[in-house]
Amino acid sequence: MTVKAKRSRLDLRNGRIDLSHGAGGCATGQLVEDIFHKAFDNDWLRAGNDQSAFAVPAARMVMTTDSYVVSPLFFPGGNIGSLAVYGTINDIAMAGARPLYLSAGFIIEEGFPLADLNRIAEAMGSASREAGVPIITGDTKVVERGKADGVFISTSGIGIIRAGLDLRSDAARPGDAVIISGSIGDHGVAVMSKRESLDFDTDIISDCAALHGLVAAMVEVAGSSIRLMRDPTRGGLAAILNEIANASNVGFRIEEEAIPIKPEVVAACELLGLDPLNVANEGKLVVVVAPEFADALLAVMRAHPLGAEAALIGHAEADDRCFVQMATSLGGSRIVDWLWGEQLPRIC
Amino acid sequence: MKYIDEYRDAKLVKDIARQIEAAVDPARSYHFMEFCGGHTYAISRYGLEDLLPSNVQMIHGPGCPICVLPIGRIDAAIELAIRPEITLCTYGDLMRVPCSNGLSLLKARSAGADIRMVYSTLDSLSIAEAEPNRQVVFFAIGFETTTPPTALALRFAIAKDLANFSIFSNHVLTPAAIKTILENSDVHPLGPIKIDGLLGPAHVSTVIGTQPFEVLAEEFNKPIVVAGFEPLDVIYSILMLVRQVNDGVHKVENQYIRAVTTLGNEKAKCEIANVFELRESFEWRGLGAIPHSALGLRSKYAKYDAEKRFEMVTPAAQDNPACECGAILRGIKKPSDCKLFGKVCTPDSPMGSCMVSSEGACAAHWIYGRFRRQGKADESWRTVA
Repeated sequence: MTVKAKRSRLDLRNGRIDLSHGAGGCATGQLVEDIFHKAFDNDWLRAGNDQSAFAVPAARMVMTTDSYVVSPLFFPGGNIGSLAVYGTINDIAMAGARPLYLSAGFIIEEGFPLADLNRIAEAMGSASREAGVPIITGDTKVVERGKADGVFISTSGIGIIRAGLDLRSDAARPGDAVIISGSIGDHGVAVMSKRESLDFDTDIISDCAALHGLVAAMVEVAGSSIRLMRDPTRGGLAAILNEIANASNVGFRIEEEAIPIKPEVVAACELLGLDPLNVANEGKLVVVVAPEFADALLAVMRAHPLGAEAALIGHAEADDRCFVQMATSLGGSRIVDWLWGEQLPRIC
Repeated sequence: MKYIDEYRDAKLVKDIARQIEAAVDPARSYHFMEFCGGHTYAISRYGLEDLLPSNVQMIHGPGCPICVLPIGRIDAAIELAIRPEITLCTYGDLMRVPCSNGLSLLKARSAGADIRMVYSTLDSLSIAEAEPNRQVVFFAIGFETTTPPTALALRFAIAKDLANFSIFSNHVLTPAAIKTILENSDVHPLGPIKIDGLLGPAHVSTVIGTQPFEVLAEEFNKPIVVAGFEPLDVIYSILMLVRQVNDGVHKVENQYIRAVTTLGNEKAKCEIANVFELRESFEWRGLGAIPHSALGLRSKYAKYDAEKRFEMVTPAAQDNPACECGAILRGIKKPSDCKLFGKVCTPDSPMGSCMVSSEGACAAHWIYGRFRRQGKADESWRTVA
């Protein structure tokens, strides 16, 4: 993001990406300046370097990276741009860390409308400003038509973590409480509702949100009695609990009735033959906490707008098999398993 | 959620479970086969086994359409799909069924075959319309439930004069399978199986009604209760079966009265009859060749029949000899009896078709219930050979 020269403006209304926008010349500079610099505007980008320098506080640092290939690119409650910002912020926040800076890499397909790219960039700028986490460096590549699905975005981020806090996936212990910050499956259902082949009407909007504010409040009250946190994105709540169970060599026992799920999500999952426990979320977190701190943590989560529906859904238990079991609302029990393969609709 | 929550009412379900507990004769056991994969799924998903007395045993039946499709038919579909001019369309579950040479439709697709997952038969018609230079073949599968949409697709294809659309029909018939299971329950080489009654299929019965099961209940002296797929439907149907067994009667009862009638859906049956005719015989995985158990396109629609149009040949493919899908589909063995179960055969890398769909007995047991009876053989439900 370095080129600065006199040039004509992009046609943001009708223009489309062509291969020259990725060739590194004048057109690339124009694209970067008119769309990305304008949307992300901050001192680091205005400096016009190929990288950004910043002071590092004396603390342990956290770094993460993620790529976003969602289809469709625009969905109720967000788009690939806001998702790319929130997702990486949340990956940092799950370490109990404060996110500081983000980078953004774009792979754009030839023919992609500039208006859509601008909309995506503006959503990223808005999301990063709102979260207080600036995007300070980036990259743009253009590939031939047919070699990408519109646009792919890769974001990386760094953050700092306070002394004494060390959240690890293998830290869950038998007896620990499991809390979720709110209703599950909203993002996955919102995205699926707009897929061309599935198009169905629902009022559900994606829950995508930056969780670092909620996490800061949680760390403030519960500190190192928080064993670990994870955001249940792809694979949903089921995948996260199985991952933690295996990493920590414990089992989990959760209560179906305690898990918050919106009726619209249940209805959509019924229609599609999906299990809400496997459906993706982008603005929720699961926290495993020492049992004596569960009530206090629940209270502080519920006091935050992004944790208003927080619920204690179960406990870890000793189990060498690392099973996640669920007491069904009907009085039976079942395993809550990983998603095996792709989640596919049933035949009948 | 209207019309769903009512059938998942925990209080009612528990109340019915208590009625079953009170109704069963402690001096005897009850062995009920749930024919449909949908019932198998519901029993596992809602943990209904936990609510049943120990002398009421549920036996998984062959009612998962992809489980009973012999791998030769999928091999034939892959043979077709690798032809450069062909686009093969099918439902999602079928994509992962293992077939010969370590292949599946999903693996064939990643190797370059044009295989597309569709959500309805009409999606495949849309593809045929949008891509007139491709030969679009719909890989049709399922019991009577999914047959009417296939028949409709053919009718629409004729109306639109789509010269590039055809159907590879693998539709099979429920009563024929039930008859085979009951005929061989005592004498099959794989071993005897005691069946005191059947949970009859729900969606299938919305099409064909309850009447086709009456002759089976009569001939084999087995009560049949056509049951819906919600937990309250299933558990109440089990109570109805227990009562019939206790009373020594064997009739067809309809628990799923909100959707099923005696004669079924005449319009749907008419659509099926217009398009399909009985095959003389059809190979079922685990059940062998069953006469008059499947549907092929009527000869007047030969140009829409992929088997004729592309001169398809079904290879005589063999299942993995260690795979117990055959015995499991017959209800002779339980998933945990199979040496492959949970070892080399998991939903991630299924060796047999029963491990693919969540309605398959092995997948349902692995995904939802493998914590049950760990390390403990449960032989009580099987009759002594």
